[in-house]
Amino acid sequence: MSRFKALRVRASQGTQYIPDVRQATPAGHRGRPAISTAPCTDGCKACVDVCPTRAVTLAPLAIDLGRCVFCNLCAEACPPKKIDFTPAVQMAATARDALFVREGDTAALRARAHATFSKLFGRSLKLRQVSAGGCNACELELNAAANVNFDVGRFGIDWVASPRHADALVLTGPLTRTMRDAVRLAWDAMPEPRFLVAVGACTISGGLHEGPASDRAFLDEVGPALYVPGCPPHPLTFVNAVLDLLGAP
Amino acid sequence: MSSVLQARVELASLPQADAKAFRADLAARLSAGQRLVTLYARRDGDEALVTAVLQQPDGALAVTRATMSAAQGYHELTSDFPALHCFEREMHEQAGLRVAGHPWLKPVRFEGQDQAAMNAYPWYRVKGKEVHEVAVGPIHAGVIEPGSFRFMCHGEQVQHLEIHLGYQHRGVEARLLGKDPRTLTPLVETIAGDTTIAHAWASVAGLETLADVAPGAESQRLRAVMLELERVGMHLAGLSGLAADIGHVQGSTSYGRLRTTAINTSMRLCGSRFGRGAVRPGGVRVDASPERWAELKKNVALLRADLEPINELFTSARTVRHRLAGVGVLSTAQAQALGVVGLAARASGLPLDARRHGGGLWQAAPIEPVTRADGDCQARAHVRLGELDASLAWLARLADDAPPAAAAPLKLGALAPRQLVVSVVEGWRGEVVHALETGPAGELLHYKVQDPSLRNWMGLAIAVRRNEISDFPICNKSFDLSYCGNDL
Repeated sequence: MSRFKALRVRASQGTQYIPDVRQATPAGHRGRPAISTAPCTDGCKACVDVCPTRAVTLAPLAIDLGRCVFCNLCAEACPPKKIDFTPAVQMAATARDALFVREGDTAALRARAHATFSKLFGRSLKLRQVSAGGCNACELELNAAANVNFDVGRFGIDWVASPRHADALVLTGPLTRTMRDAVRLAWDAMPEPRFLVAVGACTISGGLHEGPASDRAFLDEVGPALYVPGCPPHPLTFVNAVLDLLGAP
Repeated sequence: MSSVLQARVELASLPQADAKAFRADLAARLSAGQRLVTLYARRDGDEALVTAVLQQPDGALAVTRATMSAAQGYHELTSDFPALHCFEREMHEQAGLRVAGHPWLKPVRFEGQDQAAMNAYPWYRVKGKEVHEVAVGPIHAGVIEPGSFRFMCHGEQVQHLEIHLGYQHRGVEARLLGKDPRTLTPLVETIAGDTTIAHAWASVAGLETLADVAPGAESQRLRAVMLELERVGMHLAGLSGLAADIGHVQGSTSYGRLRTTAINTSMRLCGSRFGRGAVRPGGVRVDASPERWAELKKNVALLRADLEPINELFTSARTVRHRLAGVGVLSTAQAQALGVVGLAARASGLPLDARRHGGGLWQAAPIEPVTRADGDCQARAHVRLGELDASLAWLARLADDAPPAAAAPLKLGALAPRQLVVSVVEGWRGEVVHALETGPAGELLHYKVQDPSLRNWMGLAIAVRRNEISDFPICNKSFDLSYCGNDL
């Protein structure tokens, strides 16, 4: 009997995976912003004032994706509607200062492929995730990257339980002071070669939780090799960021 | 009616009891069957202002207040009313209030300290020849938040589990007082990122009451739609995790991919899979165009149709039943004594649900609470399955009506001075409580946030007793509690 039930479930499930994660764009998602070159209203700085994370700067108008929480408040506040959050998920960088969208920018913000990463991890990449103050949104989205829809396993990318088995440490959260030693222990337990991935506004810049309860010395000391912006990043943003770094087609 | 269970009190008219009278009154109310919703303190010089919020048998909230010397404090009530243990510990930690005689005055979250201080945590010890301890965390094996667990075992059996949290402390409550509260919704949405809508709704409902602004029925409907979609998405995520922990792969993958459908429905309505940006002070930012509304209807129908065979497979599989039934039991009496709330309470036979008393939309279109009597992992799984059905049926009925008219959020003016507003929203885990107090100029004096996890962690610790360590993952997943919601 249960075999028939299982077949019924399988029939209703059908094929769920996204065939081409490199091209997929989730319609309706508030993703990478685009800023038009239309002139600002004289003296207006409404976008700067409403931003909860000081991500917006003027002259020229730019958004720091390392700080942005994609709340849309700047776009709503802008009188000439210069800012538009598009559904595009492709955004990541290998350097912190590359995480900016400026007015008129049209090129996708992509992590640069790196021959060493491609050679070492291109066919198998094991990730250990550590949350240090993450609100469970980044964590849920990173988990989702391995579900049957996004299925990073098909690229040889997996979450592993032990840092001893991991090639990269994927951090979320603002790095709370109460996790300071644990994060270092996890990193120290990882064999070389290894690298660090910073996921979400909290880890990249402190985001909404920048302040005395976090200690970012570890990040300054061990610079991330990959920055994945978002609050939280869409699973496709994460998957594409990693594939870009590995030089995948 | 705002569709949120609320109490609004003019502080000038609220009697200020002294420590002794407050304690006697609180004990009398608890003995008479009132339920503690929250108990917190604010430090003011040498004094501590202690506020208790209780729910009366008819569902209405009552507020009592005391002013007492922080150094003298009052004598603990935890021994008689264990539900108070976390609140008394929190008041001691946050306001330096002396709580004399408290049986275990351990820090709730190590506010303002770093990890070195946490290493000195005063763990309980079970003594005996065959006793051994197993320490887990703060980093766990999965992609999950950190927290420290210590199992005190006798042979294979867990005698006691002590849960030590605080690793996620970000200083949220302090930050909520730092800026104009009307601009802080993005921060509130990350108090517990999986409970974005419930926390945001509890927060803005308080601000709206203080500003004497009442968003219309259309806004309430859209907030409720987002809240129920959040419940559906997280129940599916939890069931997927539970199935994975049992090794029931088909359940795990099926519930997991249906969660994608549920949260993508939220995304189509508001731009975020977690409902970020949907709830704003004065209204909502939700795209309820006829096309989006038709999608909502279609996706809800799809979820209902797909869930039917999967639920049947999951609940009838012998491996699942054998693994869940009788494991991690929290009796009705224990749940009541510990003040457990939300889905865990309902699985132990307590029909607690803030939606029953929220009025407004919940009165016009009620959702009946789903309860089970057994209090085991199976009961908690079945409550989630039942609530999936109930919420999806409710959403289907709502989606049959025409979409609510879109309106920009109303503007909130200055907040009324010297008021206390307590708002309770039934999130997917349980009641989310936000208490806001304003000062003489309408400025925020105190912002108390309470996630249901604060109370339910002890429920998990007690449920694990007399089980094996290998039962812990499914017990943990069946309660599905928030670490950052506790640590703030």
